[in-house]
This record gives sequence, C-alpha cells and structure tokens, in this order.
Amino acid sequence: MKNKYDILVIGGGPAGALAAKTAVEKGLSACIVEKRPAIGAPVRCAEGIGQDGIREFMEPDPRWISAEMTGATVVSPDGFVMKLESELAGSKVGYVLDRKFFDRELVWKAAEAGADVAVKSRAAAPILENGVVKGAKIEYCGKITSVHADVVIAADGVESKFSKWCGIDTTVPVREIMSSVQYVMTDIDIDEHSTVFYLGNEVAPEGYLWVFPKGKRTANVGIGISGRKSGEGHRAKDYLDRFVKKTFPHGKTIEYIPGGVSVCRPLACTVGDGLMITGDAARVVDPLTGGGIYNAMYTGKLAATVAAECIGKGDVSKKALMKYDKEWRASKMGKAIERNYHIKEYLIRQSDDKLNEIIHSVAKLNLKEFTTLTLVKEIIRVNPKLMLDLGVLAASLR
Amino acid sequence: MLKVHRDICGYCGCCVSVCPEGALELIDAYLSVEKNCTSCGVCAKVCPLGALEVVNEK
Repeated sequence: MKNKYDILVIGGGPAGALAAKTAVEKGLSACIVEKRPAIGAPVRCAEGIGQDGIREFMEPDPRWISAEMTGATVVSPDGFVMKLESELAGSKVGYVLDRKFFDRELVWKAAEAGADVAVKSRAAAPILENGVVKGAKIEYCGKITSVHADVVIAADGVESKFSKWCGIDTTVPVREIMSSVQYVMTDIDIDEHSTVFYLGNEVAPEGYLWVFPKGKRTANVGIGISGRKSGEGHRAKDYLDRFVKKTFPHGKTIEYIPGGVSVCRPLACTVGDGLMITGDAARVVDPLTGGGIYNAMYTGKLAATVAAECIGKGDVSKKALMKYDKEWRASKMGKAIERNYHIKEYLIRQSDDKLNEIIHSVAKLNLKEFTTLTLVKEIIRVNPKLMLDLGVLAASLR
Repeated sequence: MLKVHRDICGYCGCCVSVCPEGALELIDAYLSVEKNCTSCGVCAKVCPLGALEVVNEK
C-alpha cells in the first residue's frame, strides 16, 4: 500500500472490487482496503442473482456458481404453492452464487488489472481538509497510516461508517432494516433448480423466508424480518428456527450467518467533495427483493467511471461528482429501486388474507416471462387499487 | 449502558446500520461501542440474534 492513490476504495465486496478494477482500467491508480482478513468471508448474503445481471459484467463461471435456477416458487401464508417456471424448459433465470469464490474472483480481477489490495486494513477515519475528503487513515495491525486520494469511494457495506464520518446521515430506519439470519443447510429435500420464497406475517413479518439451492440437498435457508417486528423472543433467529424444525427437521446446518439488509430508499445524496458512496453503503439494495449484488457492481463501476472523468478534468467537487448520483438514479436500476420501494410498502401493509388473494390470483395467470417486473405487473393487474397507491410510478409499468 | 453478549454476537453489523448516534462500529469480529451511545436500545431491538442488551447502570 502506497500513501497516495488517485482512488482509494473502502471495502472489498462487489462494489469495491468493480470500482477499483474500473479505475485502473481507466489508467488511474487505485487501492482497495478491506477490514476483514479474507475477501469474501464471512458471506452475509442469500447469493441469488438474475442471469442478465451477472452477464453485464462477466461470463458466468462454474467456479463461483453454486447452482443454476430455472424457476422460482412462492409459498403464500395459507401454504399455497405458486411455481413460476421459465418459458423455455431448462433455460436459466438466475444463479445462486458462491460468494466466497465470487468476491475473491472480483478482487483478483481488480488486482490483476493493476489495483493494490490491503486486507485486515480498516479505514479508521477520513482525512478531511475544509470539509473535503482527501483520503483515509488506515489501521493495519494496530498501526495507522495516512493514505491520500483524489477520490475516496465508500463501498463499506451495510455497516458503513465512512460516509457518516464525512457528515452524511446513513442511518437506516428501524422499520427498514431487514433483521436476518441464514443457515447453509445440507441433507435436506429441495428442488435444486428453484428458489423458494415463503411469505406471511406468521412466517416472516414484513419480510420473507427463503430457500435458495446451492446444489443437491443443500441450500441457503434464511429469513429477513422488519426491524420493528424484531424483539426478545421473536427475532429473526426465532422465526427461522421454528421453520427449520418444522420443514427440515433432519437437515444439518453447516454455516450460521446473521446479517442486516436495508430496504429503505437510497441515500438522498451519494456524493460529497472527494467522496462517492456505492453499493449497500449507499443503500441501493432492491427494497422488494433485498438483492444487492448487481446494484453494488453497477454503482461501483459507474462511480469509478465518473471519478476518472472528474479526476481527468481536475475537479472532484461534490458538484462534479453529482454526475454519478444523477446517472444511477436515472438508470434502469435506479428506477427499479424506486418502483420496488412502493411495491414493498404496499405489500408489507397487507394482511395474510390479502397476500393469499394476491398470490392465488397471480398463479391463475400463465406467466410467460419471468422477472420481478413481470411479477409486479401481474400483481398490479389483479389488484388495480395498487395502481392508485403507486401514483405516477404506475405509468412506467404499463 | 449497552452490553454486548460476545458469545451470542455474530458480528454482522445489522445494529451498526440503525444506530442514530453512529456509536457502534464493526471492527472485524469485534463490535465496538463508543462513548456517545445513549442506550436508546434500537440496536438491541433489531439484532437478529439477541446479542445486545441495555442494562441499567448501578
């Protein structure tokens, strides 16, 4: 690690890795600092991603794919099972990744392209000059080093502190944190090519419970519930344990992973003077699905692209970096977040009876295409009232 | 004050994201509680495992 880079990236997840790789490909110097001693561990993720999402950045590689999905299953509160299969038999709709290998691959690609990487290295404070971010103080094995940079890209995840230290409020509202636990379970009876989502206020209040296959008889079995529904005796772990006891009583848990997923709106502003915020730290997780891998990669890459332009022009002010903020909000991802935020807000207000009604009605339709968007469109078609709730946004769905 | 049950904590950072004071920080496998913690208990509520507890000071 040197003491000056064009771009300093805080965090070695998908957002940070894509930011650093993009930066060096644009001819800049960049360094990723990762506080954990290993890239990719611990995994705090259900690991699902759409196949189009991954292809935008790289060709899928069996080394970091645990399983290929051909469909999804939704289980309504009354136990009704809605199966959604891809139109073409056997065609893939998505993947369940192996994030330990996937994250390492991304960082390795960034390193191979020329980025520096420092693990067990924590950003302990920003270097601020008259309110402008000029780098960070990096702690490694108890020693603190100042690392200067033209732009700092904060990709420090759900527990992000860096932007907060720079004066940006990143606090997630209690009701909009998904308090989560996941077990990697093996020796369980599952459909190895379909993700399963369980809905209902008894199963997962204001969230959902998932079974995402990772191969034969193995899956990520996890749950996220709203922070406001969490409390002593009724925490995410309590709900998950109850489900597992009932559904997979003989399964074996080989990994135990707690976590938090934000389902709030993204930060009001994702840039500052010399600072850009990406991925989970920017709160750009899809509020409906809780998915954040694609959004992290997308914002990481875009941030570095805009940073390179701004560094080239010698202006890394907030005003100049705003191009990044404006661009992601106007993107397909930005629009999907806004739309899905409203859908989420609608769905969490529904009773189990209403959820049953919605799922039963959608199941009657023979969905030819299979994406979150098509599903949402169908939900609206059978629930015209939602159209009113969504207001102007609804127009974009027609 | 806020007590961290280190035997229960899974070092996930869920609590850090909701702390209105910015008083929590996840330092690898160690959750640090800063002096500006107001013992509001928001973190204890959202913890997926129940690792945090607000205890009355004697």
